Amino acid sequence: MTIVSAETPPILEISHLTKSFNQAGPVILEDFNLTLRPGEFVSLVGASGCGKSTLLNILAGLDTASTGTITGSQKASLMFQESALLPWLTAGQNIELAIKLADLEDTETEEKFLTKAERKAKAQELLEMVHLGQVYNLRPHELSGGMRQRVAIARALSQNRKILLMDEPFAALDAITRDHLHDQLIRVWQETGLAVLFVTHNVREAVRLGQRVILMSSRPGRIIREWEVPFRQPRRIDSPEVADLAHDITDQLRIEIRRHAR
Amino acid sequence: MPDNSIIKPVPYNDITSLAAGLDALELPSAPAGAKVKGIFRALAPFLAVFLVFVIWEGIALLRLQPSYVLPSPFDVWNALSDQANQGLLHVSALNSLRRGAQGFLLSVVIAVPLGLALGLNGTARAIFRPIVTGLQQLPSVAWVPAAIIWFGLSDATIYAVILLGAVPSIINGLISGIDQIPPLYLRAGKVLGAKGLRRIVYIVLPASWPGFLAGLEQGWAFAWRSLMAAELIAIAPALGPGLGQMLDTGRQLGDMALVLGAILVIMVVGVLVERLVFAPIRIRTLRNRGLITVK
Repeated sequence: MTIVSAETPPILEISHLTKSFNQAGPVILEDFNLTLRPGEFVSLVGASGCGKSTLLNILAGLDTASTGTITGSQKASLMFQESALLPWLTAGQNIELAIKLADLEDTETEEKFLTKAERKAKAQELLEMVHLGQVYNLRPHELSGGMRQRVAIARALSQNRKILLMDEPFAALDAITRDHLHDQLIRVWQETGLAVLFVTHNVREAVRLGQRVILMSSRPGRIIREWEVPFRQPRRIDSPEVADLAHDITDQLRIEIRRHAR
Repeated sequence: MPDNSIIKPVPYNDITSLAAGLDALELPSAPAGAKVKGIFRALAPFLAVFLVFVIWEGIALLRLQPSYVLPSPFDVWNALSDQANQGLLHVSALNSLRRGAQGFLLSVVIAVPLGLALGLNGTARAIFRPIVTGLQQLPSVAWVPAAIIWFGLSDATIYAVILLGAVPSIINGLISGIDQIPPLYLRAGKVLGAKGLRRIVYIVLPASWPGFLAGLEQGWAFAWRSLMAAELIAIAPALGPGLGQMLDTGRQLGDMALVLGAILVIMVVGVLVERLVFAPIRIRTLRNRGLITVK
């Protein structure tokens, strides 16, 4: 596991970020500040309307901020609630395409261009990393939801980005599969040293995974409070210490939600 | 009493075995094949054709009309084999098929960039889509007189009519294919770094393929019809034989058996192209994407 200290320079620094879709419209994100250090796992929780997805879209380059700055030279991978695997390609080809596109994008810098055989080998290796070595030639629709998300993790890893943004990636999975994917994600995170920003509205999941849990308010989205999660990985989602911390965070979340009652 | 001591304790966090177990439970077991059904499906259309011929022959036998008005299937068969013996049947069919295929491929080359432009650019679409739709509504046979005036009785006339019939269909197919792309794929493509031409090649075209393919099928059907209309009207020795010309020969000779025979050949060629070219591509596309399971 990467040791993160306050002295490590941040891989991503968001300061005073504000987002509204038009001048008169509602403010989605207000004065949002976050520092992400290399290899750090941060969970972001909040109710609907807290701008979590908007934030990730801005960080991934799918949207732009209204004001504020984002510093950090690193490109980020983004995972969605749905796997977003391309249905006309096999599992392996999905990863190959991601490698190829990353190569094409990075050729201006220093990355070397992999041959087709090298891409194929790398894709297979990544599938084995998420214990899916046998599905290379299967199409996305032939895989279960959990398997698709593991292929999506492998695809995100294939682009050699240092930051992984995850937008409720396990929300549509059943509890047993989700539990398993938590194990897989933590193991991959420990092996790769990625910095992860994990958005969820499942408080226990946030505590199960993150080194820090950040609670956001809704309309506008602002940071309310932050918790350090001191427990060692691998944790269990049903362990008492996870439950206790989740209990406190849920209390705060409910206070925030009640504020919106009319 | 079972001896619990021989069961090896597996640690809670053994991910490999957990993954293997979950995946085995979640993957469907292989479905049983239905071969008999497949054979029946393949033969079913011939049953209908057979039935039509039996009824037709029955009506012809009643002699309600003289055979030069209502020939029997055997008269039609004789007319066609007569054409075949003169070496005209396969030359005409191949000639028409070649023109149709060339005209169709040329239509695809023209329609793809236009379809992409109209599919991806809202302004271009707002300006030009009505023209495309208008052209699609117009039966392309209406262009034959104009094409003859412009190009004379030449191949150019025939290709112009095919293009005017097929291009609008293919453009509209590509546009609707693009419209039906789930936004998630476009977002995923953007996150993966597919920009500009790469976005079109790796994301937009494959994602729009099911709708685009439907447009291609329709485009082929329009190309084939337009070709027949053009061949029927534009007749000159320089153009050589074709199925449309064969139809016109039948008309001039008052040979009803030949007219019906030519109609049958035109239909059969159309069906064969659909069955042998488009249907396999369509089924493979839908099956790969999980849009059909068994068919």
